[in-house]
Amino acid sequence: MNLDELVKIVDGNVLTDLFNKNEVILGGCGADLMSDVLASIEPGAILLTGLCNPQVIRTAQMADVAAVVLVRGKIPPETTIDLANDEEIPLITSPFGMFELCGRLYKAGLPSLEKSVADQSDCGCE
Amino acid sequence: MAANPPQRKRIISDQEAENISRVEELAYEIKVSEVMTSELISFSPEIKMYEVLEVFRQKRISGAPIVSPLGDLIGIISMEDLIRCLIDKDLDSAINKYMTTNLFTILPTDPVIEASKKFVSTNFGRLPVVDKDQKLVGMITKGDINRGLLRALETDYQEEEIRKYRASHLFEDIESDRTSLILRYQIQQGDFDIGGQASSNIKRALIRLGASKQIARRCGIAIYEAEMNLIIHTTEGGVLRVEIEPHQISIDAYDYGPGIKDVGLAMKPGYSTASDAVREMGFGAGMGLVNISRCVDQMKLESVWGKGSRLKMRLFLDSEHKNKESENQKS
Repeated sequence: MNLDELVKIVDGNVLTDLFNKNEVILGGCGADLMSDVLASIEPGAILLTGLCNPQVIRTAQMADVAAVVLVRGKIPPETTIDLANDEEIPLITSPFGMFELCGRLYKAGLPSLEKSVADQSDCGCE
Repeated sequence: MAANPPQRKRIISDQEAENISRVEELAYEIKVSEVMTSELISFSPEIKMYEVLEVFRQKRISGAPIVSPLGDLIGIISMEDLIRCLIDKDLDSAINKYMTTNLFTILPTDPVIEASKKFVSTNFGRLPVVDKDQKLVGMITKGDINRGLLRALETDYQEEEIRKYRASHLFEDIESDRTSLILRYQIQQGDFDIGGQASSNIKRALIRLGASKQIARRCGIAIYEAEMNLIIHTTEGGVLRVEIEPHQISIDAYDYGPGIKDVGLAMKPGYSTASDAVREMGFGAGMGLVNISRCVDQMKLESVWGKGSRLKMRLFLDSEHKNKESENQKS
């Protein structure tokens, strides 16, 4: 699934200037706890979250997240959008809730890129 | 205008060209004035068509503007116009009989994407560039746009490559018994808005120094959690110190208070003393130190309540060293 298809599925609105519609999204991860994201997400995933602060973008950058989708139509503060532009991480807002979004994307064939707790002996980078 | 470039075997269709994204961005950034041809071959309105034919042949061009003595743009003559004239066997007539006067122009200050749009909508091969006083200042073709974009892409790429190249040779170019690069960052307590900036800079530095994506990611995550700890839990912030050597990366995160009462408890997954405000920001769930320990090869937390804490982390870059160290630890 590429970013363009994903935006259509989530009925999303792109908030950043930079947006590579052909970027391939390998899977998804949904969480509001950034430490959970840092602990479980694998590179190249989309991050679904209800948090809007700049730390979401920092987390995304550290964990090699492909793009961030804000759930329930949230509009983040300017500082978050500015940081997303600076770090070139596409930021998308969607009117749907977390469960609905996970469902839509999973049904469309996007796999989970969240590692389970059992599978966390190391950070999964290799 | 330059001579036509030799025909290439594979021509990128407009459809394919649409899928190149950095090019799309550049198409909005680059102005028409940066890529247009400003040294023009132009004709006066009195010139005859056989003269046009001669100029096209000698200069190897396929179109040119017709300009009044005052510099105003009157029309465009193209190869198609010349072919019509040849079919009519009418080379003795004046240029104004065959030139196109229904003109689409573009401003030098417009982004090149505007020119591309006009090429698509009009099917013309070239556009005259006129300033706001309608004076002709240049011509732009699809070829000019492509060349301009390729040039810009090359510059973009080269700048980052040069940075990477210089940085990655740092260790090879300097001779010593043991070379290391030390990066230090002051972290302010409570400064959530710029929280993660230091980690971000460190991750970028590692990539430029030639670290693999995996190493940069592991380091980035560990340092980010440590940086957030300094922001959340300290009384007056602290320091991140990263020492980079060819075989290992050593990270120190230290602060001057308040210290941790029970280090064993702090290491326990899920244990946290963070405030609700911090939890609302997506942190403080007691997973930070656990995350760090998964990302680094060695980790040591020392703390004295009332004084401060020091978190030492280490990543080994060569597997040989890594194995030896883990054996030492076992014995």
